[in-house]
Amino acid sequence: MATTTTTVPSAGPVVGSRSFLQKLREGDEIARLITFLFAASVVLITIWLVFVLWQQSVLPRHKFGLAFLYTRVWDPIFDQFGALTFIYGTLVTAAVALLIAVPLGIGAAIFLAELAPPRLSDTLEFFIDLLAAVPSVIYGLLGVFIIAPLMREHIAPALKSVLGFLPLFQGPCYGLSFLTAGMVLAIMIIPYIISVSREVLLSVPRDQREAALAVGSTRWESTWKVVVPFARSGIMGSIFLALARALGETVAVAMVIGNNPTISASLFSPGYSIAAVIANEFTEATGDLHLQSLIELGLLLFVLTFILNGLARLMIVLTAQRGSGMGNA
Amino acid sequence: MSGRLRWRKFVSAFMLTLTGVCAVVAVSVLFFILGYLVFHGGTSLSWNFFTKLPAPVGEIGGGMANAILGSAKLLLLAALIGVPVGFLGAIYLAEFSGSSTAFVVRYAADLLNGVPSIVIGIFAYSLAVLPFKHFSTLAGGFALGLMMIPITLRSTEEFLRSVPNALREGAMALGASKWRTISSVIVPAAYRGILTAVLLAFARVAGETAPLLFTALGNRFWSPGWNQPTASLPAMIYSYAQAPYEDWHRQAWAAGLVLLVLILAINIIARAILARGAAVPRS
Repeated sequence: MATTTTTVPSAGPVVGSRSFLQKLREGDEIARLITFLFAASVVLITIWLVFVLWQQSVLPRHKFGLAFLYTRVWDPIFDQFGALTFIYGTLVTAAVALLIAVPLGIGAAIFLAELAPPRLSDTLEFFIDLLAAVPSVIYGLLGVFIIAPLMREHIAPALKSVLGFLPLFQGPCYGLSFLTAGMVLAIMIIPYIISVSREVLLSVPRDQREAALAVGSTRWESTWKVVVPFARSGIMGSIFLALARALGETVAVAMVIGNNPTISASLFSPGYSIAAVIANEFTEATGDLHLQSLIELGLLLFVLTFILNGLARLMIVLTAQRGSGMGNA
Repeated sequence: MSGRLRWRKFVSAFMLTLTGVCAVVAVSVLFFILGYLVFHGGTSLSWNFFTKLPAPVGEIGGGMANAILGSAKLLLLAALIGVPVGFLGAIYLAEFSGSSTAFVVRYAADLLNGVPSIVIGIFAYSLAVLPFKHFSTLAGGFALGLMMIPITLRSTEEFLRSVPNALREGAMALGASKWRTISSVIVPAAYRGILTAVLLAFARVAGETAPLLFTALGNRFWSPGWNQPTASLPAMIYSYAQAPYEDWHRQAWAAGLVLLVLILAINIIARAILARGAAVPRS
């Protein structure tokens, strides 16, 4: 092996019309190297982030193992940490948010993509984009001072009188609750569902609609039975994106969920979420185990959103490819 | 017209109207938010808000001058980290890299973009707070900068890619080196898009609260230096809204109004820049 490599003269630099040195002088190689370093740093940061989360949560992983995920006790004084209450709160609020946001968001997306004239659609989309840019602390502010009182005075009594026989809507409501947090989250994620679903619906080839209309379906039938099923995986993608955002949302939820670690069937009861407990206890953590348990919660959040974002992107890409493939055929 | 057909037409009209209602409801939220903030915040906004320090607990009045300056410092740091890394990284992706390297970088950027902001906060805490044993403005700016990187990178790359290949070939044909092509042809051609990307990334991190909670922490006074904790508008709103004092609530509304107007203004300016750029002929 060694002899063969020595017999070949180094022919690398003189390949091509310009020599390596010339490229170096013109700055190409330097520019390439510098920009590469910056691009590589993005990958490095991401790997580093995962590494830090993993390495900084080693204590609770060793001490509690998987029990961390299904124990309810969260007791900094006796160093017992289980995340179940927070996982429950995060999942319940996200579920409420999706129940409200998905029909509304998809409905609005259908209107924007199928019905509204392009000018109107673009104008409304502009407002939707602005809505997506509103910071979460502002949603929290409105949640605390507008939605929570509204919940206490009007929404909760109304729900109780109509659906009070369900365990979901029993017990007193003081304003800060799973339901309030879910509603605030719903308002926050609707713009995401609308934007992405609209894009996906617009990518459905025109002949799909025309074919449906040609065989005599009404406008709604062509939309609901042909266009929406065609875009189904992309719409699912938009929902997953929104879900990932709802799970990771911190300050808006922390402001309205009540920050009370309870597991209750009632949506009127105050609760706690993963992100909220990290936000509230991180600076006041009493010891290494407490801090590392909070970091493990962060790791859990990271893994959840990682999976959801990955699935979402895959589904959106699939729909887009299907659309362009059909268009070319 | 048969009854069946009439029914189908009715369902069609009904459902389509319903989708319109959904759209109106979704969009009207924006105006509700603006309306409430102007209504509650407008009356609490005064000159003092921009020039005074927060009043001691129990006293009425005071302002958030320290938080405004703090936010400005944090955003400056964020831009210093996020813009160069995002911009130069995007140049590599769009102009130099092979497809597999680009895939890895893009994947990492998307992953980073999807990370909940509170987790970015944990990361910044471990890197920039823990080793120095105290909270600091630098750590907060670092956290926000990290969040700016993937947003800037991905959209800058899109805009660089949308520059027609004819421009690249034209520059090359004149004998320009690759770097010369990029710096004097491609980037100028895409500068509106890049500016938009940077502004949007900036607006996005300007309202972030979660990553600041345990990096920049907060401060009731002027921050004494870059490696000391600082107040910021979002964190101030967060703590004031949860405090039991009526006067603090008013201040939180005022701060919310200032923050929202700032962010919406940046968004609108960014989009206006891009819209005007669309008039440039493509080929």
